[in-house]
Amino acid sequence: MNGLWPLTWLEIKIFVREPLGLFGTVGVPVLVFLGLGRLMSGAAAPASPEEAFLRAGLPVFAAILMAISAVVSLVTVIAIYREGGILKRLRATPLRPATILVAHVLVKLLFAALTLAILIAAGRRFYAPESPMQVIRFTAALLFTTCSLLSVGFLIASVVPTARFAQPLASVVFYPMIALSGLFYPLSLLPPWLEAVARAMPLTYAVSLLQGVWRGDPLSVHLGDLAAIALVFLACTALSARVFRWE
Amino acid sequence: MSRIGGPGHQAPAAPSLLAVSALPPPVIRASGIRKTYGRVVALDGVSFEVQRGEIFGLVGPNGAGKTTTMECLEGLRAPDAGTIAVLGLDPFRDAAALKVRIGVQLQEAQLQKRITVREAVDFWASLYPAPVDAATLLDQLGLRDKRHAWFMTLSGGQKQRLFIALALINDPEVVFLDELTTGLDPQARRAIWELVRGIRARGKTVVLTTHLMEEAERLCDRVAIIEHGRVIDVDTPAGLVARHCPERVVVLSTTDATARDRFLSVPGVEAADAANGSITIRGRTASLVADVIQCVSTHRIPVTDFRTAMPSLEDVFLRLTGHSIRD
Repeated sequence: MNGLWPLTWLEIKIFVREPLGLFGTVGVPVLVFLGLGRLMSGAAAPASPEEAFLRAGLPVFAAILMAISAVVSLVTVIAIYREGGILKRLRATPLRPATILVAHVLVKLLFAALTLAILIAAGRRFYAPESPMQVIRFTAALLFTTCSLLSVGFLIASVVPTARFAQPLASVVFYPMIALSGLFYPLSLLPPWLEAVARAMPLTYAVSLLQGVWRGDPLSVHLGDLAAIALVFLACTALSARVFRWE
Repeated sequence: MSRIGGPGHQAPAAPSLLAVSALPPPVIRASGIRKTYGRVVALDGVSFEVQRGEIFGLVGPNGAGKTTTMECLEGLRAPDAGTIAVLGLDPFRDAAALKVRIGVQLQEAQLQKRITVREAVDFWASLYPAPVDAATLLDQLGLRDKRHAWFMTLSGGQKQRLFIALALINDPEVVFLDELTTGLDPQARRAIWELVRGIRARGKTVVLTTHLMEEAERLCDRVAIIEHGRVIDVDTPAGLVARHCPERVVVLSTTDATARDRFLSVPGVEAADAANGSITIRGRTASLVADVIQCVSTHRIPVTDFRTAMPSLEDVFLRLTGHSIRD
């Protein structure tokens, strides 16, 4: 992986120079979190269903939002780099092809971790974590989930025809998944066919995992979720390796 | 070449097979490269050799197969058939070993919009075992003042100079330049030509593609004319012109009514047509222009205007393919 750290560092600097991209990745999840968090601050006990959701679901919602914005941003940047011939130019160097792509994944994971750190710091008023272990477990679960969703992003990046379509397509694939992920509406209350759809989506398992970890479950309770997320990661990575286009 | 018959070498008196085999091995040897995309045949048996230290041009219209050929040589594409050796290596199989010894500039390539010139050069330098000094390179390419500028703010000529810098950062033995001056204004183009000659002066081999005949004629030591995925001919620009378009034309203006007959009697003149006070003289001999001047001088023909028209690579292309390169 010669050249991985120099390329990752370079891509971090370049990413920070684009104000809108940085705002979308870090700013939006933080603002959503703080905005909704304010609505419920001060209440001692949940007085309404909305407040119950805000208390239990908001941290997971913000985390999922963060993971998805990382994926959309990855798909966009890969499509732009391919269309501009940047990927091809990098491939003409001694860099190994995997290094070029792993660098982008690292950048996205790094900003996901940074956003999470800001969320935790800013949300201390609403959600004091019970223990450092809970924070560590939640962070690990979120990065694992993000990694898996990024592999789905690579698959999408492999098939998007042009950079112009990349962002809308990735958004259309990922954001609607939130509605069916069980975050707002229990899966058991869905019609059977819709529940089947929900069970086929990686986000459903991500939500289940993150909610559980947030509640304080040990990871061993969520082996099924972890396996599903790992499976998605392996399948999408293997598939992308075959169909990924450099130009 | 002067290498034949160097010290300690017993050169045969006359050119023979022995002399040919004593030539240094070519830097690039491509033979019978084929590449198809579905039903489209991009390369249909391309063969040529490039010698060390020359500027070799792949010349032809857009879509002729120049870039595909180049990308096969660079190891970015595997040909369907045929063999390629660049510095004795198979570009696709030995890609890792070859990439550190060649420099590449791709057609219509971009970099990250917000990468600075200095960052790009430093990063590229970090990828190679023995890079040249980045600051010196930027100086040589006239990019020193732009080293903190983002890629997206550079002019077309500056971007191309940066790509040349990236192609030279590893001190490569062979440099590939694909459509280097496309989209540049004539002044920037001439500046780039000077830089390419400078690369040759440092002993490197340059392979470039162009669809500009003027560029090929002025810059290349030898050119391969490519059309429909085939190499039609390979030679020096002058050699191609001499073989395919040997005609010389002299156009002069004179009021002397007897002049036309006098020119017709000059050896080598095939035609002399008079119209509107000017005479167009055609022939194929190398000394045609001198012979016509001699005739003017001997017979004291009053000449008020004198022009020559020499065929160019453009005419060679027209002759070989039956159409203009711009069609």
